Amino acid sequence: MNMEKRLGDFEEVLMLLVGIVNEEDAYAYRITVEFKAQTGRSISIGAAHSTLDRLEDKGFLKSQMREGTSDRGDRSKRIYKLTALGKRVLRESMEMRTSLWRQYPEMASMFNFGI
Amino acid sequence: MSQKDPILPSSVQRLLRTFLRYDLLDEVTGDLHEMYKDALRQHSRPVANIIIWYQAFNYLRPFAIRKKSNRNNINLIPMYKSYFTTAIRNMVKNKMHALLNILGLSVGITVTIVITLWITDELSHEKNFENRARIARVIQNVSNNGEIQTWTNIPWPLSDEIRKNYGTDFKFISLATGLNRSALRTETVKFEKPGLFAEPELTKILSLKMIYGSDDAINDATTILLSKTTATAFFGDSDPVGQIMTMQKDMTVKVGGVYEDIPPHSDFSEMHFLGPWELFVNNAPWIKQMDDPWRPNAFTLYVQLNDNATFEGASERIKEAKMKRISEALQKKKPELFLHPMSEWHLKAEFQNGKQTSGRMQYVWLFGIVAVFVLLMACINFMNLSTARSEKRAKEVGIRKAIGSLRTQLINQFLTESILTVFIALVIAVLLAQITLPFFNLISEKNMMLPWGNAVGWISCGVLTLVIGIIAGSYPALYLSSMSLQRTMKGGKSSSILRKALVMIQFTVSVVLIIGTAVVYLQIQHAKNRPLGYNSDGLISVWISDETHKHFEAIRNELKANGSIIAMAKASAPPTQTSSSSSRFEWQGKDPTLSVDFPFFTVSADYGKTISWNVLQGRDFDETRLADTASMILNKAAADFIGIKDPIGQTMRWSDQPFEIIGIVDNLVITSPYANAVPMIYVFDRNEQGSAIFRLNPEKPTSESLALIEPIYKKYNPDRNFEYEFNDVAFSRKFGNEERVGTLATTFAFLAIFISCLGIFGLSSFTAEQRTKEIGVRKVLGASVYDLWRMMSKDFVVLAVISCVIAAPIAYLLLTDWLENFSYHMGVPVWTFAAATVTTLLITLFTVSWHTLSAAGTNPVKSLRTE
Repeated sequence: MNMEKRLGDFEEVLMLLVGIVNEEDAYAYRITVEFKAQTGRSISIGAAHSTLDRLEDKGFLKSQMREGTSDRGDRSKRIYKLTALGKRVLRESMEMRTSLWRQYPEMASMFNFGI
Repeated sequence: MSQKDPILPSSVQRLLRTFLRYDLLDEVTGDLHEMYKDALRQHSRPVANIIIWYQAFNYLRPFAIRKKSNRNNINLIPMYKSYFTTAIRNMVKNKMHALLNILGLSVGITVTIVITLWITDELSHEKNFENRARIARVIQNVSNNGEIQTWTNIPWPLSDEIRKNYGTDFKFISLATGLNRSALRTETVKFEKPGLFAEPELTKILSLKMIYGSDDAINDATTILLSKTTATAFFGDSDPVGQIMTMQKDMTVKVGGVYEDIPPHSDFSEMHFLGPWELFVNNAPWIKQMDDPWRPNAFTLYVQLNDNATFEGASERIKEAKMKRISEALQKKKPELFLHPMSEWHLKAEFQNGKQTSGRMQYVWLFGIVAVFVLLMACINFMNLSTARSEKRAKEVGIRKAIGSLRTQLINQFLTESILTVFIALVIAVLLAQITLPFFNLISEKNMMLPWGNAVGWISCGVLTLVIGIIAGSYPALYLSSMSLQRTMKGGKSSSILRKALVMIQFTVSVVLIIGTAVVYLQIQHAKNRPLGYNSDGLISVWISDETHKHFEAIRNELKANGSIIAMAKASAPPTQTSSSSSRFEWQGKDPTLSVDFPFFTVSADYGKTISWNVLQGRDFDETRLADTASMILNKAAADFIGIKDPIGQTMRWSDQPFEIIGIVDNLVITSPYANAVPMIYVFDRNEQGSAIFRLNPEKPTSESLALIEPIYKKYNPDRNFEYEFNDVAFSRKFGNEERVGTLATTFAFLAIFISCLGIFGLSSFTAEQRTKEIGVRKVLGASVYDLWRMMSKDFVVLAVISCVIAAPIAYLLLTDWLENFSYHMGVPVWTFAAATVTTLLITLFTVSWHTLSAAGTNPVKSLRTE
């Protein structure tokens, strides 16, 4: 398995969404719905699912099967959760961007949250 | 499952099931379900359907698509164990099928192994020389008696000529004598050993491996090299270099070195000593004293090419080398030199009208093809029996499928079974080959052995097992496993057309083989029954010694007196060979540009009476007529060739001496029994010292006559054994090659037919079994055993007849082609086709009847009760 540890853009957004939604809603379909709501772009469930699967392979997410509910025909669902590694990668990514933004002359002043 | 899921279109679910990973199926269906519900809330059903289809197709992503084997985590060993167990149980349960399969396959594989050994042996000639790819003999095409003949011998001055003027192409050139036995002795030991004399570079050409001494020693005219065998025979294991030996009568030679024996399968393997050319010339002064040394073609010229030269290029350059140097008389022969590469000495040594013919190579091809077909027939049996039986096993497949077998597992199971069968057959075949090799060695006069230590052999056996196993098992494996559950349980019909086509191939091959072996046998008989032109029965010949020559009259009189012989004569050679030929015959009206080469015999006066030849015109030689020493007798072919209308009394010149033609005799078959009669000349010579020919007394048993001859012969030849040869034995030896090939071919044909019999035997048992009920019903309704037998045999008989129709033209073409190899041959007899057809039909009926009769004879109560 490819143990690539870098994070793509889309991957980053999906991971953030996994962190944002309620715990029991962090499965492929809900995430696509949330993605549409947050970004205005639609993606297919398959696209989201394959990315989530990849992130799990990379060790940024972990998953767990849950009992299904009647609105999904009693089918089970896979709930994703950020791992410690995932959280760290997200933070690193953010820090890197912040650091870049700080150096960007016109914007530097806006990032004075004193970290 | 689908009941729980009333809303999500089942087509979408089906789609997902076709490709989605099993472990994702549940969650993905759930997600889509949820989405579909949401979509239905916002859109009409068709739009929602489109959305959901779109989503489903979007799962066609590498991560979600099911991998071929999603069972990597399963431990495969127990699975294969189970395949083996099932396979063995199946064999035990169907003993007859297993037996037929294994028997047919092992016979087929045995034949293939033996033929492979035979071909390897044939191809292994002259393989042991380092420079074999660059070694050749210089041979020549000459024009004689109006046709082109190919002679492998050349005159001795050619060696120097080529060395001086055409040397650029050659690294080594060596003139050599033929292989002849020479008496060798030391003070204490005496042996006759075959060997040859050659110019020094032969040691380089053959890359002789020296054990003692150096191969350069042969540069000295009195030094010889010995093979290890010869050296051991004379000197034991000690180093013999420097020892003195006597060769022939009185040639004193020194041992200069010992070389490793040349391995078998070579023209040189019998070379047990190698003497220098100069030694030979010094002891044969006639060589230097000849009036025209370019005339006698009595020697061999070996060459090794330079690294950048090619056989074609060098052949082209030396083509005219002899022509340019010879007298006008010899130029009439238009000799063209060319190289005969070492790799072709054994298998492609035959020439017709100056062109190379396929020679022995055709037998290598022939047997190769036979091997392929026999193996193919064995495979066909195996396939047919497995497909026939697979119908019965369809139920088993159905049940396996119902309890969850995957297709790959079913395929594996069938393949395991067939590979196991082939493996067992292979083991038996190797044993069979080992057991039967002495027999095959006997009929092929070879010394073949199974190469137990040869990795290539084992690997090819392994590959063969896999290939046959997979090919033979492929049909039931792929076909049955692909059938749907319902069809397997209902019991489908497997294709009997395929089976029939395969059986037809088998029959066709068998019929071709039957006709082929019959024709080979008949052609040999045809040549054997050819009128010889003399009476071979009770004729024996002895090589003449000085003593025999001196006391010839005395011996003859004593033998005649004791009644052991009725006639005795001398000739330059026994009647089964020629010793010499000459081109120096002239007659009136001969085309001055024509070159001739007639074999001739010098004989004593009563030669004709002794061998009982057939005088057509004129008279035989007469001892009492002094003038007869200047007369000659021609055979009919010679008389026809010179074309003089009334030849008796005419004069013919030989080496510028006049001879009177006093008689014409019928053509005698002397050399090849397959060749057309060649012109031959008989000359009367009282001093002939070649061979003595005895006509045994037909009134007495042969052994008694021989017992009477021996003491008298030994009385006059005290230091010699009475070594005689029966003329008919010498004659039948000429058929050795064809007879060996014929016997081998017959054996293989028999085995091939046996294999196809096994095949139809198995198939007919299967048909009989399948139609048990039908037969029962028919019997109850009044069908007789004969009706039933006819009904069930009909299918096979039709196949056999069609095969005969296909086989006839194939056999005809192949055999006419083969017969063309022999000048004296018969046409392909039509009756062999009829005979082969009848034989095939009888064999088929006989084989098939075994089962059909027993099925037809069964009490219908029994057959109808079986369920």
